[in-house]
Amino acid sequence: MSGRSNKTQERLLSLISPVALLALWQVLLMLGFGDRRFIPTPSDIAVQFWQMTVSGELGWHVAVTLYRAFAGFVIGVVPGITIGLLMAMFRPVRIFFDPLIAALFPIPKIALMPLLLLAFGFGDASKIALVAIAVFFPLIVNTYVGAANIEKIYWDVAKNYGASQSVMFRRIVFFGALPMIFAGLRIALAVSFIVLVASEFVATKSGIGYLIWNSWELLRVDVMFVGIVTVGIIGLIISAIFQEIERKVIPWKAE
Amino acid sequence: MPEVAERRGAAIEIAKLCKEYISGEERTVALTDIDLRIRPGEFLCIVGPSGCGKSTLLRILAGLDRQTSGTIEVNARGWAVQNAMVFQESGLFPWMRVETNVGFGLMTRGVLAAEAAARVDAALKLVGLTKFRRHYPHQLSGGMRQRTAIARAFVTDPAMLLMDEPFAALDAQNRVILQAELVRLWEQTGKTVIYITHSIEEALLLGDRMVVMTAHPGRIKQIIDVPYARPRNLMTLSASAEFGALKLDIWRVLEEEVMRARAEAEG
Repeated sequence: MSGRSNKTQERLLSLISPVALLALWQVLLMLGFGDRRFIPTPSDIAVQFWQMTVSGELGWHVAVTLYRAFAGFVIGVVPGITIGLLMAMFRPVRIFFDPLIAALFPIPKIALMPLLLLAFGFGDASKIALVAIAVFFPLIVNTYVGAANIEKIYWDVAKNYGASQSVMFRRIVFFGALPMIFAGLRIALAVSFIVLVASEFVATKSGIGYLIWNSWELLRVDVMFVGIVTVGIIGLIISAIFQEIERKVIPWKAE
Repeated sequence: MPEVAERRGAAIEIAKLCKEYISGEERTVALTDIDLRIRPGEFLCIVGPSGCGKSTLLRILAGLDRQTSGTIEVNARGWAVQNAMVFQESGLFPWMRVETNVGFGLMTRGVLAAEAAARVDAALKLVGLTKFRRHYPHQLSGGMRQRTAIARAFVTDPAMLLMDEPFAALDAQNRVILQAELVRLWEQTGKTVIYITHSIEEALLLGDRMVVMTAHPGRIKQIIDVPYARPRNLMTLSASAEFGALKLDIWRVLEEEVMRARAEAEG
């Protein structure tokens, strides 16, 4: 049997479990197990999804959530990477930030939401700040670990060949840490959606989190499922994009 | 006849050099009483068992380590770059293409892009890697990686070339080819080469002189003038009876030292 048809078979096999689950769900409800007002069938959800897409309502919520996620991501990631690299290069920077990170990293970031509402109000700013804080920590830790574990020979070569601190930073430490930075970005992506959707449950009138919470309060369970499915799809798409970027940016990572 | 360079590499004078490592209560003497004059343009090989401090000596010369006492004077007048090191495991940056790796020492020193490009071209041609310039190190064989590392060192035009067992990880065929290439490059450029190896044979094939070191503590046991005229044919030379006899003599010196050091360590 050739490798390719084997691959195809495996791909088909991997589709069976989700499809079977959806089919079972649909059939059981159509047979009258469970109340369709509280548990919609997959087909009900699909119809609702389509209607909300066409009306533009879903697109609006998605756009708002993506904007908050993206803005918070950028604001948190850039200093996270920079400080992580500086910690690896300079001992005083490490000693300065170490206790701060040790103390703040374990706090569930969603616990900061009331504080951020006080500081930034009920608009986008508080959600963006929450995402920024939540992604900052995995990035700083991963970047530092990646940069601190760069093989000694690269430092030696750079030094022997006359690299300045700035060249060391931009051409050696950053690239040496890049695989770990990407691992950090993947963690940050997951964390950012967790805190963002949770924060949108309260104190806002837009975003997918709001859509889910609001439909729960109105007992529109089908709409609620549309929100959940949408978050899942966004997560899938973004992590596929990440993987593609990683392949482009880290071509030396063994194929 | 290969053309022989006019310009001669660095002259080095090492006097009373010592290196100690202190960790806690423990004091380890890595090098003691190293006195050595290296002539401009000389190909000097350093041989010794592991633990004799030969790599430490090279690292001190490279500016990667500092001696505990003693002095090193390097006269590299007329050369922009004093030294460049070729490491055992190539030390190529995996995130840079071959051409970027080769040009690294030019970039760090602010050589203008046009000039740097021309010099990188020339260096790649010299080691036969022009076709592979856009490759990443992981796409190259071990021999090609070491060639890239050599090009990276030569491109900066250093007064001395410091080589730490550069071909130890290669297979026998590649080693012979690269040894011959290195000698050719050295003859063309007149640089001083300090070449560390654990192989007596390699030192005799390549060097003008060879320094035999012993361990615990690391010190110079003997300095031998290699009696072979240049240009040398490395293959026929290594096959001759006279070569074998000299190799054996030196091996006896080393063996005695290794056994003595071991007996002391156990006693």
